Amino acid sequence: MHIAEGFLPREHAVAWTLAAAPFVVHGVRALTREVRANPESTLLLGASGAFTFVLSALKIPSVTGSCSHPTGTGLGAILFRPPVMAVLGTITLLFQALLLAHGGLTTLGANVFSMAVVGPWAGYAVYRLLRRTGAPLMAAVFCGAFTADLSTYCVTSVQLALAFPDPGTGFAGALAKFGGIFAVTQLPLAVSEGLLTVLVMRLLRQSSKGELARLGVLPAAGPAKGAAVR
Amino acid sequence: MKRDTRINALLLLVVAALAVLPLALGLGEGREEPFAGADAQAETAITEIAPDYEPWFTPLYEPPSGEVESALFALQAALGAGVLAYYFGLRRGRRQAARQAAAGAAEARTGTAEAEARPVTDAGHAAGAVPAAGAEAADGDAPGAGGTGGRGERSAAGE
Repeated sequence: MHIAEGFLPREHAVAWTLAAAPFVVHGVRALTREVRANPESTLLLGASGAFTFVLSALKIPSVTGSCSHPTGTGLGAILFRPPVMAVLGTITLLFQALLLAHGGLTTLGANVFSMAVVGPWAGYAVYRLLRRTGAPLMAAVFCGAFTADLSTYCVTSVQLALAFPDPGTGFAGALAKFGGIFAVTQLPLAVSEGLLTVLVMRLLRQSSKGELARLGVLPAAGPAKGAAVR
Repeated sequence: MKRDTRINALLLLVVAALAVLPLALGLGEGREEPFAGADAQAETAITEIAPDYEPWFTPLYEPPSGEVESALFALQAALGAGVLAYYFGLRRGRRQAARQAAAGAAEARTGTAEAEARPVTDAGHAAGAVPAAGAEAADGDAPGAGGTGGRGERSAAGE
């Protein structure tokens, strides 16, 4: 999902940056509000960011005979809602753009939009929808993380097809081409990301019950109870 | 091995299998560059679609070799793993401390009253050998409608 440095035409680079910026600004506000209101969240926020760091550093072989990496944005989106992930995802992408020549500054806007905006929101939407229909927590977590991962790569495919429509087959042809590279490769990885997110959520359920109840991931025990036991 | 641990190990095993199978089945054969990065493949596709497109910006810093690059990737993963491990370690330590404190001083806990009002199975939980963890468990899950669906899996609550 990393569009390489300089590989988006100037207008596209500017447009995606403008599209992503409000989400990141809003995310910074949401993040500072969360930390101010609940200082004890800081640790878990750090852990959510760390999860994104780990997962997006792992290049995993896929069925298409190429490698790709998960995004790790589903976990934080489910725990803290998507705006926060706009910030944590941007930090990860900046680290990779500046130190690893992975992605880039000119393409940061587009990459943030796919990985730190659309991915978290899509994943969160699926998670909420499933929870509302009474799906088990871990099933909803799996589908949320799976969606966050896969939608990120679909957005990247659309971004590239918009910037580089095929001379013969136009946007649709280019979308098929980039989608074949990204989305298909990503399917088993999205499954892996779903499973890993479920694993971390299970560990959190063991270790941080009170916190998960406060964040609304686990049902609160009743009025003013959730905060009582730490 | 407890049931919870078994499930966690199984999850990891499936993830590992998903990563190893493409390699073991030789799905990269017949390609110019087996198991190249998808990001690099997209770059190639761009140059195929738009041969005269010139990247108009180059990375400020580029790792001088594949080794340095993989070192930095390892650093990224290590930083993330370190913070995650710190979080879970800290949590575990706090839980143990709370348990010892609870064992040392029999104090009235918020969860116990509630636990008594529960069905027998759960009361057994909360009044188990680990009052602190039990109370937390009782606290963290209410038998509301649309429950977590995970009530059956909570055999090792708070452990």
